[in-house]
Amino acid sequence: MSLMSLTAVELGKKIKAKEVSVEEAVQAALDAIAEKEDKVNSFVTVDAEKALERAGQIQKDIDNGVLSGPLAGVPVAIKDNMCTKGMLTTCSSKILGNFVPPYTAEAVRNLEKAGAVILGKTNMDEFAMGSTTETSFYGATKNPWNPEHVPGGSSGGSCAAVAAEECSYALGSDTGGSIRQPSSFCGVTGLKPTYGTVSRYGLIAYGSSLDQIGPIAKDVTDCAVILEAIASHDKKDSTSIGRDSYDFTSALTDDVAGMKIGIPRDYFGEGLGTEVRDAVLAAAGELKKKGAIVEEFDLSLVEYAIPAYYVIACAEASSNLARFDGVKYGYRTEEFEGLHHMYKKTRSEGFGTEVKRRIMLGSFVLSSGYYDAYYLKALRTKALIKQAFDRAFEKYDVILGPAAPTTAPRLGDSLSDPIKMYLGDIYTISVNLAGLPGISLPCGTDAKGLPIGLQLIGDCFEEKKILRAAYAFEQTREYAHSPLAADVML
Amino acid sequence: MANIISDETIEYVGILAKLELDGQERERAKKDIGEMLDYIDKLNELDTSDVEPMSHVFPVHNVFREDVVKNGDGRKQTLSNAPDSREDGFVVPKTI
Amino acid sequence: MKQFETVIGLEVHVELATKTKIFCSCSTAFGGQPNSHTCPVCTGMPGSLPVLNKQVVEYAVAVGLATNCKITQYCKFDRKNYFYPDNPQNYQISQLYLPICRDGGIEIETEDGVKKTIGIHEIHMEEDAGKLIHDERGENSLVDFNRSGVPLIEIVSEPDMRSADEVIAYLEKLRLIIQYLGASDCKLQEGSMRADVNLSVRESGTMELGTRTEMKNLNSFKAIRRAIEAERQRQIDLIEAGKEVVQETRRWDDAKEYSYAMRSKEDAQDYRYFPEPDLVPVIISDEWLQEIRERQPELRTEKLERYKREFHIPDYDAELITSNKKLADIFEATTAICHLPKKVSNWLMVETMRLLKEHEMEIEEITFSPENLAKLIQLTEDSAINSTVAKEVFEKIFEQDIDPEKYVEEHGLKTVSDDGALRSTIEKVMEENPQSVEDYRKGKKKAIGFLVGQTMKAMQGKADPGMVNKILTELLQ
Repeated sequence: MSLMSLTAVELGKKIKAKEVSVEEAVQAALDAIAEKEDKVNSFVTVDAEKALERAGQIQKDIDNGVLSGPLAGVPVAIKDNMCTKGMLTTCSSKILGNFVPPYTAEAVRNLEKAGAVILGKTNMDEFAMGSTTETSFYGATKNPWNPEHVPGGSSGGSCAAVAAEECSYALGSDTGGSIRQPSSFCGVTGLKPTYGTVSRYGLIAYGSSLDQIGPIAKDVTDCAVILEAIASHDKKDSTSIGRDSYDFTSALTDDVAGMKIGIPRDYFGEGLGTEVRDAVLAAAGELKKKGAIVEEFDLSLVEYAIPAYYVIACAEASSNLARFDGVKYGYRTEEFEGLHHMYKKTRSEGFGTEVKRRIMLGSFVLSSGYYDAYYLKALRTKALIKQAFDRAFEKYDVILGPAAPTTAPRLGDSLSDPIKMYLGDIYTISVNLAGLPGISLPCGTDAKGLPIGLQLIGDCFEEKKILRAAYAFEQTREYAHSPLAADVML
Repeated sequence: MANIISDETIEYVGILAKLELDGQERERAKKDIGEMLDYIDKLNELDTSDVEPMSHVFPVHNVFREDVVKNGDGRKQTLSNAPDSREDGFVVPKTI
Repeated sequence: MKQFETVIGLEVHVELATKTKIFCSCSTAFGGQPNSHTCPVCTGMPGSLPVLNKQVVEYAVAVGLATNCKITQYCKFDRKNYFYPDNPQNYQISQLYLPICRDGGIEIETEDGVKKTIGIHEIHMEEDAGKLIHDERGENSLVDFNRSGVPLIEIVSEPDMRSADEVIAYLEKLRLIIQYLGASDCKLQEGSMRADVNLSVRESGTMELGTRTEMKNLNSFKAIRRAIEAERQRQIDLIEAGKEVVQETRRWDDAKEYSYAMRSKEDAQDYRYFPEPDLVPVIISDEWLQEIRERQPELRTEKLERYKREFHIPDYDAELITSNKKLADIFEATTAICHLPKKVSNWLMVETMRLLKEHEMEIEEITFSPENLAKLIQLTEDSAINSTVAKEVFEKIFEQDIDPEKYVEEHGLKTVSDDGALRSTIEKVMEENPQSVEDYRKGKKKAIGFLVGQTMKAMQGKADPGMVNKILTELLQ
C-alpha cells in the first residue's frame, strides 16, 4: 500500500510513530509526481531538492520534540497564487512567469509552522479566472478520473494532485467556487472557510472581497485539521477576523441527530444533471437516516448571483491586476515605443484571453457613467443575497445541495461559451458573495465513472456545523481512489 | 444582443485597462463583453431601490497599525524581480 | 474694456508627519538610497495588503477640527485607478465617497487687512506616489518608491479666492495651523506641502463660473503667484480673442514662466473609483473625537497670549515669533535652556531673519539647534565674547550648527579680560602713536577713539572695548 493513499492525518500519525520517516513520505510524493505528472499536469513548479532538504529539518524537529502536530512532516502542494519566498509563483500566467516572491503568504507560513513540507506549486486557471484549469499558460490539468475531462477550476491543479495522490493534501483558493467545484469534479473534499478566517496576505488577489484560502484533501478530518493549522487572525490582513475559537476538529462526530438541513428547491431546477441530483438527494437521505431533519425550502435570488458576481469580481480584478505592468516584476515585452506602449504590449502579451476579457469587463463596469448601473447594482444584489441566506439560517443549521450542476466536462468543451461556463458555478458563487463557509465532498459517481460532489453550506463562522454534517455523511461510504491514484498502487 | 460594444468602446476600455487587442481578439472581445453585459442586465429585474450597497459582508471596522517603524532597508527584495533596474531604481521609458 | 474676475480654488496636498507610511511599517524619512524605505506593500508586490496607520486618522481629524470641518464619523477608502510608473499598484488608495472631513473653512487676512472666510469643501486621506528620476540624457526614467505610501491629506477648498494675495494668505494660514498641530512640517520646496490651483475667469458682475483649468507643479509661493497671474492672463486672452478655455490639467514651468497642457490620448481621466475591498471602514466614535479634541495642541492665538504673559516679551516680538511654528519651537527650546527670552527673541528676529534672507531660505529650513544658540547667548551674557564676535560665531551656528564654546576656544575668540596683557598692548599702542597721546593730553579727547581702535586691531577684536577704554583713560592721565 502506498504512503500516498493515506490521508494527511494518517500519514502524520505514522511519521509521529516513527513508522515512516519524513524523507520517506516526501520521497513517496516526489516519486508519485515523477510518475504521474505527464498524465495529469497538476504542478507548475516542483522543487524536489528543497522539499527533501526541508524533510531532513522537519525530521529533526519531530525527533527533538519541537514539532508534534498532526501535519508535521506531511507533504503538501500549494496553489500557485500563494506567494512562497524563493519559490516561483506564477498564477499560471505568462506575466508572472519569472516571479520569485520575497515573502511567504501567511496561510503557507502557518502550514510551515505546523511542519508541512512544500512539494511545489499547483496549476490553476490563470489568475484563478476559470472553472476548468484550461486557461493556464502552462497547459491544462487533466482529471485523474479520466484524462479526457477537466479537473474543474480554478484550483484544478490542487484537486487533481490530491486525487492523483501526488501529495497528501493541498491548499486552494475559492473566489466563486474554485475549491468546491474542482473538489467535486476530482472526487476529493474541499472547504471554503468563512471570509476572513484564513489570512489573504500573500494570496495574489483576484476578487479581494470574495477570495478565501482553504484546504483540499481526501476526507473531512483532514480538512478540519488543515483548517486549524491555516486559520489565524492576521494583523497584516485588515479583513482577517479574530474568531472566538480555532477548534474545528471537535466537530468530527458522527452525530447529526436533530440537525436541521435545508435543501433549496432553487438548486434542483433546470440545468441540473439527473445523476447529480439523484446522488445529492441520496446523500440527504443518508443524513436523514442518521436523525437529521431534512426539509426543502425556497432560497430565492439564485439566478442573480452569477451576474452580480461577475460585476464585482471583474471590477476588483481589473484593479488588482493593474499592477502587472512590466515595471516591478514579471514579464516585460521586448520592444516598445514609450511608456504606454510598453504597458499595453506587456499586458496584452502577458495575459491570456479569459483574463483580458474579465479585466475589460471590470474596467467597463467601473467606467464613468456605468458605476451606479452595474457596480452599485451588483453590491445591492449582494446585500439581498446575504439577506436571503440570513433568513435561511434562521431555520436551518446547514444548507445542502450539489457543488456543480454536472460532473466534469470534457476538455475544450467549456471555453467556447463563457456564459455556459459561468453557469457551472451557480451553486457555489452565492456562498462567496455572502462570505459563508462551504464544503464539497464526494457522494457518488455518474455512469461515466466521474465523481459527483455534495455541497454543504453553513452560516458565517459555523464551519463546525458543516464539518459535522459532512463527517457524518462521510461515514456512510468508502473513499474512492481515482484510477490515476490506483495506477501506482500496483 | 442588447448591448452592442463598438470599436470605440473597446479602444476606450483598452486605454483604461492598458490592453491592446488585435483584429480577431478584438472581435471576440466585443461579442463576449456584449453577451456578458446582456447577462448582467438580468440584475435590472430586481428592485433594489431600498437596498444599501454592501461592499463588506461583515461589520468589521477600525483595523489599525501603530505608527512604529518596523521595516529596514528593503532595496534588495524590492528590486529582486525587476525586469530592468539601475542605480537602485526601476527603469521605465522616459515619462516626460 | 471688459473687467474680469478671477475665481480660484485650491487642492492642497500635505504630507503628514508620521514616522511610518500610511499602509505599511516603512519609514517616511527623507533621503536614503532609492527604494531603501520600501516593502511588499508600498511597492505593490502581488499578494500584499494595506493596514491603516492610526496616526494618519488622528492627524486628519486634528486638521479637520482646526479648520472647522465636520468629521465624517463613518468613513471609507476608495481606489482611484490610473496607470503611471510612480504608482506601484496602478491605483491610489484615496477617499472619494466618504472623505474624513467636510464643510469647513478658515478666516484669512490679506496684506491690505481685508478679512474673509475661505471654505473647505473636504479633506481626505490618501497615499503619496513614488518619485521619478529623469535621466536628462537617456531615454529612461528611474522609479524610486521611498515616497510611495507616505500619508497625505488633500485639502480641497471652495472656489472662494479671487487673487494671488488671497491664495497666499490662505496657504500661509493653512500652513500655520497644520504646523502648530504638528501634523506636517509643510515645506513647499521639499514637497511636503503642494498646491494645485484651479482657476477660471469670468466677466465681473456675472455669477456663472467660467471653465477652469488645474495647474500643477507649483513649488513655492513665488511660483504660485506667477502661475496665477499667467493663467489669468492666458484665459482672458483666449476669451477676448473669442476662443474657448479648455478644461484641462496644465503643468507650470517656473523657469520659463509658462504652463503647458498635460494632455495625452492615453490619459482618459476616468479613475473608476470603487470602495477599497482590502480596508475596512473607519468609525470615529464621539469618545475618540473628544480625545483628539482634548489633545489638540496650543494654536497660535493661545501661544501668543502665553508668550506675552510668561516671557514678558513685547507684542511685536511675540507676534513675529508665533507667526511660524518652527520659530516658536526654537524660541521656547532656547529659552528653556538660557532663560533669557528677550535675548533669544532678538537673535531670532534680527540675525536669524537677516541670514535667512541672505541665503534665500525659509524658516522651515533652519537647521541650528536651540542648544547652540543658548550657549552663544550665555557666552555674550558672561562677556566672554563681544557682540561683533558673537555675530560672526552665529553665522557659523546658522550655517553649520557648530558648538560656539568649542569654536570660540579653537579660534581664540575669547575676549581678553586679563588686565596685564591688555595693559601691555595699550602701552605699546601708545608708544607707537605718540601724536595721538599728545593730542589727547592737550585736550583733544576725541583722540582716544583712534587709540581704542588701534588697540582692538592689535587684539584682533577680542578685547572688551569697555575695559580698553578704562585702561587707556587711566594711562593717559
